[in-house]
Amino acid sequence: MENDIRIYVEEAPGQRRELEAPTDMGLSLMELLKANDYPIQAACGGMALCATCHVEVLAGPALPEPQDAELDMLETLPHVYEGSRLSCQIRLHPHTDGLVVRIAG
Amino acid sequence: MPNVISTDICIVGAGPVGLFAVFEAGLLKLRCHVVDALAQPGGQLTEIYPKKPIYDIPGFPEVLAGDLVDNLMKQIEPFHPTFTMGERVERFAKLDDGTFQLYTTDGTEIQCKAVAIAGGLGSFEPRKPAVENLERFEGGKGVHYMVRDPERFRGKKIVIAGGGDSALDWTNFLANVASEVTLVHRGTTFRGAADSAEKVQKLHEAGKIKLVLSSNVTHLHGNGHLQEVTITGNDGVAETVPLDAFVPLFGLTPKLGPIGEWGLGLENDAVKVNTLDYSTSTPGVFAIGDINTYPGKLKLILCGFHEAALMCQGAFKYIYPDKKYTLKYTTVNGVPTL
Ligand SMILES: Cc1cc2nc3c(=O)[nH]c(=O)nc-3n(C[C@H](O)[C@H](O)[C@H](O)COP(=O)(O)OP(=O)(O)OC[C@H]3O[C@@H](n4cnc5c(N)ncnc54)[C@H](O)[C@@H]3O)c2cc1C
Ligand code: FES
Repeated sequence: MENDIRIYVEEAPGQRRELEAPTDMGLSLMELLKANDYPIQAACGGMALCATCHVEVLAGPALPEPQDAELDMLETLPHVYEGSRLSCQIRLHPHTDGLVVRIAG
Repeated sequence: MPNVISTDICIVGAGPVGLFAVFEAGLLKLRCHVVDALAQPGGQLTEIYPKKPIYDIPGFPEVLAGDLVDNLMKQIEPFHPTFTMGERVERFAKLDDGTFQLYTTDGTEIQCKAVAIAGGLGSFEPRKPAVENLERFEGGKGVHYMVRDPERFRGKKIVIAGGGDSALDWTNFLANVASEVTLVHRGTTFRGAADSAEKVQKLHEAGKIKLVLSSNVTHLHGNGHLQEVTITGNDGVAETVPLDAFVPLFGLTPKLGPIGEWGLGLENDAVKVNTLDYSTSTPGVFAIGDINTYPGKLKLILCGFHEAALMCQGAFKYIYPDKKYTLKYTTVNGVPTL
């Protein structure tokens, strides 16, 4: 599809699964991952309140900076990585084409 | 000796739905005991969104989640429910006479005539940091994921880890209780409530607590009981500190947990129920609120309230198969008490 982009999920080191994602539905990365049966609970439904959608961004295009609510939540986690993000706060957009992430739990 | 409690209905989960079930059971003159893995009632409302307004509770154009829980607690007061908080129900057994025996993580036993599972998304479990030997010192040997009884730390040396509100709040509180408090945080700033962060800073400046930033607790040491922790800076420099207790506070995350192993019919981590009375595949065991599933299920507080009302009718029939209950409105009876 014309509006589709590709997101890659690193399931094990060096092992990436390609997901095709529409960009015209206002989906978040969390919703895409859940729809593809990744073990993401998303208890708060995408409100940056539960941190159960934590991912590590490994490579790909630059993303918009996280907002305060996301940073507050990431602050509470025991481990974060350089590329830690809440996937519910990342909108799928033509600019996010080629993003590589890992489920951080 | 285990702590043994005897009641009519044992409600597993003190979320909004479990709490309202106490009210509905009370109207039928059934006694309730409520158990929750969390130290305070309210389930998701207290743990995830206490300050968020809710708009879809009948009669409340707007109510904060935390206030709704306070109101539910007030509403059930006349029925004198009893509570076991901070303990998770691990096992349940159905006895030959049709009653049940439930066992918690801390050895509490509950004997009851019916069980209402109102476990929501599951029990809230602490997020654990990656620290060597952590599990070895759980269970009263020095690692505490919750502060249930601050007095336990009186005069003790404690290390708290975390950068969220609960780490800040407990650091401030325990500064006056423990003999020594060290707060370890992997970052350099605190993004929790500004006034708690400020208080921590002031206590640190006054020499009342130790603050170790850009660092993590990386190792625990001890012989049977925790005796020392190693704190490693982001620069790789490590320091070993003697202590009595390590309190990692990194928030809680819901996990279905033991409910999944009770032999009840499950579908996608939810308990299948009969919508006639929200009974499960085990007679006498009911499931209400977010934990259950049936065609058309909506995970809403309102729907859980409705399920609680029907469930109690079913539980009454299970407990008293020969008694007939004639429905009276609360306006006829007033709010009866037990
Ligand atoms: C951010 C957010 C916003 C929401 N907004 C709304 C809204 O506006 N309106 C609305 O109607 N709904 C809303 N919801 C949904 C609503 O919160 C849930 O439907 C509701 O909390 C379900 O209540 P419950 O009592 O079934 O379960 P929960 O609130 O999940 O409570 C279950 C309790 O059971 C305990 N438990 C589980 N297993 C065990 C065990 N084995 N032993 C001991 N304890 C156990 C847990 O610790 C927990 O405290 C929202 C949810 C979220 C996350
Ligand atoms: S879904 Fe809860 S923080 Fe993303």
